Amino acid sequence: MKKGIIHSTESFGAVDGPGIRYVIFMQGCRMRCQYCHNPDTWNMTSANAYEADADEVIEKAIRYSSYWKENGGITVSGGEPLIQIDFLIELFEKCNERGINTCLDTSGNPFTYDEPFFSKFKKLMELTDIVLLDIKHIDCNEHIKLTAQSNENILDMARYLSDINKPVWIRHVLVPGINDSDEYLKRLYDFISTLNNVERVDVLPYHTYGVGKWETLGMPYQLTGVNPPSKELVEHVKRMLRAE
Amino acid sequence: MIKKDQWNGFRGRKWTEEVDVRDFIQNNYTPYDGDESFLEGATEATEKLWGELQKLQKAERAKGGVLDMDTEIVSSLTSHEPGYICEEFKDLEKIVGLQTDKPLKRAFMPFGGIKMAEQSCATYGYTPDPRLHEIFTKYHKTHNQAVFDAYTPEMKKARHAHVVTGLPDTYGRGRIVGDYRRIALYGIDYLIEAKKKDLDNCGCGVMTDDVIRLREELAMQIQSLHDMKVMAESYGFDISQPASCAKEAVQWLYFGYLAAVKTQNGAAMSVGRISTFLDIYIQRDLDNGIITEKEAQELIDHMVMKFRMVKFARIPSYNELFSGDPVWATLEVAGIGMDGRSMVTKNCFRFLHTLENMGPSPEPNLTVLYSSNLPKNFKKYAAHISIKTSSIQYENDDVMRPVWGDDYSICCCVSATQTGKELQFFGARANLAKCLLYAINGGVDEKEKVQVGPAYAPVTSEYLDYDEVMAKYDVMMDWLAGLYVNILNLIHYMHDKYYYEAAELALIDTHAKRTFATGIAGFSHVVDSLSAIKYAKVKAVRDDSGLAVDYEIEGDFPRYGNDDDRADDIAVWLLKTFMNKIAKHHTYRNSEPTTSILTITSNIVYGKATGALPDGREAYAPLSPGANPCYGAEKNGLLASLNSVAKLPYEYALDGISNTQTIHPDALGHDHEERKEKLVGVLDGYFDQGAHHLNVNIFGVDKLKDAMEHPEKPEYANFTIRVSGYAVKFIDLTREQQLDVIARQSHEAL
Repeated sequence: MKKGIIHSTESFGAVDGPGIRYVIFMQGCRMRCQYCHNPDTWNMTSANAYEADADEVIEKAIRYSSYWKENGGITVSGGEPLIQIDFLIELFEKCNERGINTCLDTSGNPFTYDEPFFSKFKKLMELTDIVLLDIKHIDCNEHIKLTAQSNENILDMARYLSDINKPVWIRHVLVPGINDSDEYLKRLYDFISTLNNVERVDVLPYHTYGVGKWETLGMPYQLTGVNPPSKELVEHVKRMLRAE
Repeated sequence: MIKKDQWNGFRGRKWTEEVDVRDFIQNNYTPYDGDESFLEGATEATEKLWGELQKLQKAERAKGGVLDMDTEIVSSLTSHEPGYICEEFKDLEKIVGLQTDKPLKRAFMPFGGIKMAEQSCATYGYTPDPRLHEIFTKYHKTHNQAVFDAYTPEMKKARHAHVVTGLPDTYGRGRIVGDYRRIALYGIDYLIEAKKKDLDNCGCGVMTDDVIRLREELAMQIQSLHDMKVMAESYGFDISQPASCAKEAVQWLYFGYLAAVKTQNGAAMSVGRISTFLDIYIQRDLDNGIITEKEAQELIDHMVMKFRMVKFARIPSYNELFSGDPVWATLEVAGIGMDGRSMVTKNCFRFLHTLENMGPSPEPNLTVLYSSNLPKNFKKYAAHISIKTSSIQYENDDVMRPVWGDDYSICCCVSATQTGKELQFFGARANLAKCLLYAINGGVDEKEKVQVGPAYAPVTSEYLDYDEVMAKYDVMMDWLAGLYVNILNLIHYMHDKYYYEAAELALIDTHAKRTFATGIAGFSHVVDSLSAIKYAKVKAVRDDSGLAVDYEIEGDFPRYGNDDDRADDIAVWLLKTFMNKIAKHHTYRNSEPTTSILTITSNIVYGKATGALPDGREAYAPLSPGANPCYGAEKNGLLASLNSVAKLPYEYALDGISNTQTIHPDALGHDHEERKEKLVGVLDGYFDQGAHHLNVNIFGVDKLKDAMEHPEKPEYANFTIRVSGYAVKFIDLTREQQLDVIARQSHEAL
């Protein structure tokens, strides 16, 4: 059985998909988001990382099944979980066998139509109940500035998920001065409008809880001086993205 | 079958022929599974009165916590002239009755102990009439005096060292809940007749101790019932007959509770399970067009306002123990009947709605008797109230119902008692963390440096050996359990003799069941300490006299609060072992022994008396409260912590297992609707595993810190938080207690 490299788990995920969820944070991510609050997940290992196979993960997770009821379950997050896609397939296969609801929280960054990834991804989507897809920035150049990666394949993935009708929640971390302009938000809204599988759009206000981790890792924090958005701005952006 | 005009429209037969409130409820209540949209806001009268009361509360706080005190009259049912919130608006008060002749004026209650009554006056600058001192030292013995007359030197030492702690030996024992509903349903005359019959049937003429005592008690109960009528008459009401409408039912019932708080100053003076009972009267009046929903809500608001005003005169050391001036006017809503029907009525919504109409409040201690099978609309409304006010607690009806039936009340913070059928001998707690230190140090107190426990052989090795410590702990717990039970036997004997609860017991069956409620303090520290000794290496640091006074831990160990069976198994073992040891002993009046894992805010005071522990807790730091995991021990999130607590078998802690959790709103969901749904999910999942109790706080540490620094901000005037088993206004806590609350684990957003 494949081993997954896991950063940590959280028994009570209430903001990571439908219902109450057991969240598994995977190691590894190629994005270098300036606001990342878990930079210790970027590498394939970290201070407290450990390896576990799908059975071991599920055994721990199902201790919380009494909280899941009809819509809760397991969420894999990260890091970027798709980096360990082989492990995810095994994990979600076993979840499916046991009737556990599966949720993938992803930045979409590893997505490509190239093989062998694409076949694996297709397979994973057959096993996934819902995808939480982060779109960090709608503008490709700005996206590169913010994350050091292009967003083209991410938008490809969004379109693909729409084509296969996979339920998706779009998540957008709102960073004042970086992705809060009406122009970008309008473009993001227009893009989301072309998708037919989006059940919900969440606006996540940027926060500074992660600053300490950057310091611990000896890395200079990239967004020093940027404050969390005001309530009013968050409401404004929600209205724009949901066209409320 | 007996018929009375006041009972028109009510169904059933059995309850008419003898006192049986449960039978009345089951035959007459209307389950409600709709939502909260029917609720009405506060009336003008409510707003005016609540405004006046808030002014009084503000003045009380400005005066250092006490607005006024009685210094001349010994409180009794008939001692005071009627009192009102405000003379000018007294006609607006739909429900009347105060403990004394003035609002928030504290009564003089010397029967528990004259010293405490006098000290509490002195603390706030009042001088009681010297004749009272003379009467209660020369001519009338108090409970406190009697207990100290009989204590053995060993008992006094254990009490002084706080290995047994929080004992009700200087004030009323509380926790006895009269079935106040009986007055509304039957009227006082019917109840007097019933008690007279019991007196006629008491004994065959052979005067054994039991018969003599019971006959005297019945006579006192009957006198109390007569006095209740006199008390009610002073407010212009004749309660000799049953209540004929909702307003009377609420008023009659409240007079019963008022009788209790005029005569007893127990730590916990609970109201009981009145919500569904009163709904029957309100529903009848609504159906007959006698009242409107607005008027119904007003009745409940005004009654709750009265519960918010109950106060006792206390001394500073008492306030340190039970911070924030609580009285545990605990009041239950919801639950499921034995027949499987939900007992949620519209009135359960109305009681919770008082927290919206009049803002958050610690009292009454509103308790939801929870089951995942409660109507979804109600669960969501309760969650809504939790998120908005952090003022309510949840207890698992699914584990309590099989033991106590479907008409139990909560008689303290979390302990169940069958309403009108049972009474409880409250017994504070044994400090099992200190007991572990006694096991290591051969009965020598680590703080007082004197021999308190038996001089068994101490542990002398540098590193603690698990098997050795366990063997020594076992016999030290034997000693403590025996001593503890016997201290309580003595206290309750004297309480019955010198401070008998005639008013409450007049509203309880003559042949009631009695429980003997012991308790545990320091629970999670013992678990973690034993786990550290078992799974890591613990080195004892000894002082010059060879006493172990500190501990150094080498290596990691599993801690209670992470859903790790290695630690949680120790927790289950500890509870079962202690309960079994308690149950070996004779308990006063053949009561049924139970135990609890709850400490309210006394965890700070207990901690001050307890030295360093092998789990790494520093000497004299607060213990963690109730059954909560130790501060900082929870590493796997809220549900892992809840799962650990849920493993404790309720059957071994029938007096309750208190757990308090604080969740940041952002960690609970993106918006209010989602938060409601997720909180219901947490409650369902936790209680479906058989857990007993949960206090739910929804706020972030940032808010606590701001409230501590800026108590003057208007938004914090009524800022209420749940602590172990009850609620307090945060700004009424001492700074030390505030810091303790802030230090406790909060489940923040990831």
